[in-house]
Amino acid sequence: MSRILKNRRLVEDDWRLIEDGAPVCAGEKIIVPLRRWREERSALLASAAAVGVLLPNTEDVEALWPEIADRPLIALQFPVFGDGRALSQAVVLRRRLGFGGELRALGDILRDQVFGLQRCGFDAIVPRADQDLEDCLRALAEFSVVYQPAADGLETVWQKRRSATPA
Amino acid sequence: MYRYDPYDRQLVAERVAQFRDQTRRYLEGRLTEDEFRALRLRNGLYQQRFAPMLRISVPYGLLESAQLRKMAHIVREYDKGYAHFTTRQNIQLNWPELPRVPDLLAELAEVQLHGIQACGNDTRNITCDYLAGVAADEWVDPRPYCELLRQFTALHPEFLWLPRKFKFGFSGARVDRAATRTNDVAVHVLARDDGAIGFRFFVGGGLGRQPMLGRVTNEFVPEEDLLIYAAAILRTFNRFGRRDNIHKARIKIVLKEWGYERFRAAIEDEYAKIRASGEGADLKLRPEDLERMRAHFTAPAYRPAAEVAADWSAAARREPRFAAWLKRNVRDHKVPGYRVVFVSLKAPGEPPGDCSAEQFAGLAEITARYSFGELRSTYDQNLVLADVAERDLYELWRELDRLALATPNIGLVTDLVCCPGLDFCSLANAGSIGVAREIFERFDSLEAQYEIGEIRITMSGCMNGCGHHSVGHIGILGVDKHGEEWYQVTLGGSAGHDAALGERTGRALARGEIADGVERLIRAYLEFRLDEDETFLECYRRVGLEPFKQRLYAADAAVAAAA
Ligand code: SF4
Repeated sequence: MSRILKNRRLVEDDWRLIEDGAPVCAGEKIIVPLRRWREERSALLASAAAVGVLLPNTEDVEALWPEIADRPLIALQFPVFGDGRALSQAVVLRRRLGFGGELRALGDILRDQVFGLQRCGFDAIVPRADQDLEDCLRALAEFSVVYQPAADGLETVWQKRRSATPA
Repeated sequence: MYRYDPYDRQLVAERVAQFRDQTRRYLEGRLTEDEFRALRLRNGLYQQRFAPMLRISVPYGLLESAQLRKMAHIVREYDKGYAHFTTRQNIQLNWPELPRVPDLLAELAEVQLHGIQACGNDTRNITCDYLAGVAADEWVDPRPYCELLRQFTALHPEFLWLPRKFKFGFSGARVDRAATRTNDVAVHVLARDDGAIGFRFFVGGGLGRQPMLGRVTNEFVPEEDLLIYAAAILRTFNRFGRRDNIHKARIKIVLKEWGYERFRAAIEDEYAKIRASGEGADLKLRPEDLERMRAHFTAPAYRPAAEVAADWSAAARREPRFAAWLKRNVRDHKVPGYRVVFVSLKAPGEPPGDCSAEQFAGLAEITARYSFGELRSTYDQNLVLADVAERDLYELWRELDRLALATPNIGLVTDLVCCPGLDFCSLANAGSIGVAREIFERFDSLEAQYEIGEIRITMSGCMNGCGHHSVGHIGILGVDKHGEEWYQVTLGGSAGHDAALGERTGRALARGEIADGVERLIRAYLEFRLDEDETFLECYRRVGLEPFKQRLYAADAAVAAAA
């Protein structure tokens, strides 16, 4: 089992990502690609303890919502570190659709990106294998001030200014 | 002028610390070339032909005296004694050394300057009308909205990894002085008859390969929805902008591939959805937010006209150079007794837009003394002192003249717009500074320039179009032909309220032909024009491409006839 960032801590990951058609062991928590979820839904639910789905970053999460709304975990992908499409997917899932399960970021993720990922609503981040996890954890607190309201609920500079000047 | 509060200062300080750490990790070999590239670009650092280039954001073109003084120090200490103003109203340093860049940024942060998102695939520095707040034709001062959007886009977590760079341009006046429609997004601030303020949004403009002008996606977005609408555009771009081909990654390509109706509908749909959600509630600007921001951009303490008005006609008769400067570089101001003064960065023999340490230092003093401590940069690579008392004009002229900043050529043929080209830029196909110099020399005489009148020559060293060639009255684009420098000419472009893209004339001209070619075009204009009041652009629009083309390629026809 490997360690990942979850809710601002380093934890042992108890989910297994199965990207191909490999068999599922009874009672494990698994993450499968959208396609497999669609094709084997009831079989997966019958054997696994929990089933999360992995979405390509080109999917429209709003259109998919009826199929994924009840999932305990949705994993989004960063195929290369410069590709920020899943950031918008995350924000829409959290802020528009109200997804309350685990939102997990996977892929080519650098230490320098985890702060932004957290802001967009990812509560679980799996940085690229070569990244120093302790350093990633520190990077989650790299900024103490933010301008934009986002999915992390941090108080923004604007909110602070509003409370400083009575309306 | 917007002044940082402790939060703004803290944010920039934390960004500098982050960048210092990134630079250290790179120098220690813990960040790859590619990774560091993406990270440093997001902080304004670009790898140029000979050295790194650091682009410093000048938010909507506004600078103050203390910043200019700091720039004088920076260019002496970290560069070769000069810096370059760009067509996006920013400042570029061409020779900083990477290990010292974190210190440089820390010094800049002392005067609220930084390189955050000056390069990279993110939301870039916002450009704006350089006469904001003082223009007689202004509906609404756009600067408070520029600053609101600047803060919203600074390190925005969702929009920091876009398919390509993304630019906003603002105007709140009848005349577009910021080439707004050449931006990915143009925001025109309007006031309706009932007094309500709102924004007309144009989306999908861009220079470079396949230049396009933005199209209207919404005629009137209410004031409180500024950030919501911007978020809707940015999200649409982040999701649908192409990432498979860097040359097709700008939002204009989404517009082109989808067609206008679908494109517009997608943005409007996202706008409606954000507005209806909790996200929209968070982003909606409240009256107190707007008030607080407007309070940063109040008019300076103008003196009564009786105290500051002056008539310089006698002095002008005695000194023709002063007269020329009054005529070309000084414009009317909406407040009686005050004038707008252009500081020309197009002196003979100097690369357009360059500014030396002495000039920065001098401008710091001049701005403090004559224009309420503020200076603006223009997209034509000049500077503007927006609030000069008439009384001070003569003295100001003497001081600017001493600093070689009073060349009386604003809007004339030698007021060339030009990117750094082959002299500095690693992407360049051809030199632009050398060509600019040749054109300058040909038309150096003021009589000739006045005879020619208003004309805008713009030049880029490659397709990326940093020199705005596609919206020049005469546009010149450097192209590479088998390792040689060639120049493609376009005619009839305009970046103003009558924005248009230039038309290509035909074959490219060789390095040895280009200055002659420009001269032939101008001579043709002098011959074709109805009278002195018809400008180059008006004349071109009346007679069309063909007669100009014949003159430009006259030699080709002669050769063909002889053969
Ligand atoms: S137009 Fe091309 S050559 Fe000129 S600065 Fe831009 S990228 Fe460089």
